[in-house]
Amino acid sequence: MANPIEHGAAAAQSNSFRQQPDEHGHFGGRYGGRFVAETLMPLILELNEAYEAAKADPAFHRELVYYQTDYIGRPSPLWFARRMTEAFGGAKIYLKREELNHTGSHKLNNVMGQILLARRMGRTRIVAETGAGQHGVATATVCALFGMKCVIYMGATDVERQKPNVFRMRLLGAEVVPVTAGAGTLKDAMNEAMRDWVANVADTYMLIGTVAGPHPYPAMVRDFQSVIGEETKEQMRAAEGRLPDVVVAAIGGGSNAMGIFYPFLDDASVRLIGVEAAGHGLDSGKTAASIERGRPGVLHGNRTYLLQNADGQIDEAHSISAGLDYPGVGPEHSWLNDIGRAEYVGATDTEALDAFQLCTKLEGIIPALESAHAVAYAAKLAPTLPKDTLLVVNLSGRGDKDIFTVAEHLGVTL
Amino acid sequence: MSRIAARFKTLAAEGRGALIPYLEAYDPDRATSLELLRAMPAAGADLIEVGMPFSDPSADGPVIQAAALRGLKAGATLVGVLDMVAEFRKEDDATPVILMGYVNPVESYGYERFCNDAAAAGVDGLILVDLPPEEGSVIAAPAQAAGLDIIRLVAPTTPDARLEYVLAHASGFVYYVSIVGITGTRSASAHDLASAIPRVRAATNLPIAIGFGVRTPEQAAQASSIADGAVVASALLATLAETLDAQGRATPQTLPRVLEQIGALAQAVRAAGQKPA
Repeated sequence: MANPIEHGAAAAQSNSFRQQPDEHGHFGGRYGGRFVAETLMPLILELNEAYEAAKADPAFHRELVYYQTDYIGRPSPLWFARRMTEAFGGAKIYLKREELNHTGSHKLNNVMGQILLARRMGRTRIVAETGAGQHGVATATVCALFGMKCVIYMGATDVERQKPNVFRMRLLGAEVVPVTAGAGTLKDAMNEAMRDWVANVADTYMLIGTVAGPHPYPAMVRDFQSVIGEETKEQMRAAEGRLPDVVVAAIGGGSNAMGIFYPFLDDASVRLIGVEAAGHGLDSGKTAASIERGRPGVLHGNRTYLLQNADGQIDEAHSISAGLDYPGVGPEHSWLNDIGRAEYVGATDTEALDAFQLCTKLEGIIPALESAHAVAYAAKLAPTLPKDTLLVVNLSGRGDKDIFTVAEHLGVTL
Repeated sequence: MSRIAARFKTLAAEGRGALIPYLEAYDPDRATSLELLRAMPAAGADLIEVGMPFSDPSADGPVIQAAALRGLKAGATLVGVLDMVAEFRKEDDATPVILMGYVNPVESYGYERFCNDAAAAGVDGLILVDLPPEEGSVIAAPAQAAGLDIIRLVAPTTPDARLEYVLAHASGFVYYVSIVGITGTRSASAHDLASAIPRVRAATNLPIAIGFGVRTPEQAAQASSIADGAVVASALLATLAETLDAQGRATPQTLPRVLEQIGALAQAVRAAGQKPA
């Protein structure tokens, strides 16, 4: 298996898109950065040093690969979706099966890397934010594995719509704290997790679940998730003898997308497409499409595209998928958008629901509502492409957690 | 000399520290908060911090969060906050006013335009909680050109080497965050402060104000005598919140209760200054 966090060095070539961020955590000189209160600054700097040291330590890589293989179950397969390909009638569709990872999503890739780092740093208490609960479940899982105290902040709205995951986290020994501030979704949970961290800096590690937050989180989470893209590259070479032509991934904060995009950034022939949650529609005012309908600003420690009003107050996002219901996006995506290296599009709640059912019926795979956004866009794009086009969809999570939400939208009482 | 420097100089000559009360703009409505702002100097405020409401105040505890939400609900915008300060300045040209808030609304307004408009309104200094010196270049030049002080926060977690770096980018005064935590949740002991402040003092010639966790007259007296000033925020906002009616509107009690509390704090701060050092 490829060394999961070695790309920085491997990409040390000129004109590479893989050399960001700079030492200040800025992507393209503009996005990212470290916008946190002074109480947290020393911790962020310490974390950066600790991460740089771990990155350079072969023992850390060996430990990570061990857990990736024997605990997470990597590598995840690259599945040729024959019936979906036939139904769409265009590009050849492959699914990168991240939903087969332990805990059912790509989230564990990042969480495993960070918990090993937290242990190296001597931290004993973990705090994390969660939206759909996938990151919370992954975090609670590794805390159980390593016997660490775990506090998960989750918006009260999300606690309501993701009950199975709340129960899972509690079974795993985590304390789940419902956050009632704001709309009670991911952004509010993030605020509350940061407040906890500020108040408990001595023993606590904040385990951010996406490629956002103050530097080094966006780069570090991307590095830990890049195993997805590295594997995809090898697996596609083995299956088809070449690189894919198109890679499609859903974007909330953007960690599964960054993980599959990053190893392809310097392969100019590969189209990278991020699918944001358009909610009720990009122009409905009820959307989570930060790149398409937001503008750059500063929230949660980084500068990035944000949904905000004319006065710089952050808007509430909307998506049927709790995991995409966030008014921001990872700063590297903002940069990739501006330089045109990746394309960003939207899929609505309805399109995601249709794709959820389609993927289930055609492939026998129940996708997470998050991942269903990527499937939805692939369904639109594939028919317009020649049959020899290779299109990979990152199937970032499984949809068992979403059956209650989907049933409700389909008018079914469980 | 700036209003901030002049005020600290006067107080030093008097042998006492400053009382720096905080109010959240537009909490619970524009008229009430403007009236409170106008009445603060007579009640004993030496400098005043005016909070600029933000939707996501991630360094603040529940009391300031609630105040910010009330302010936003009442229609607070940066234009509106600056306008309040301009109204205040028509009557008071001596009491320093410091705006405190988060960086995104200011970035959205435009750094240069904001600094110019704030200075024109009579603002003396800015505290942007989530804009550390590492990211501060966006505002350093426009603030300096407009004559605004950038007040820096330092915390118990700030190591000595970093203290020097942060304070090299500070002006006006230094805001010492006395606890490791969010606003209004706990308080530092006099012992902690007595050992922490000399460390900061050694790194700067600027006056030092202590904030986060200063609630009672006794604590304000202690903090203002150990350092050069005490910021009281959550305790005052909590009192204000208590006086509101069920719909969150101001009542006839609102101003008198908050001003009475400021009076008690001021009395304690002044009394502390009279004691021999």
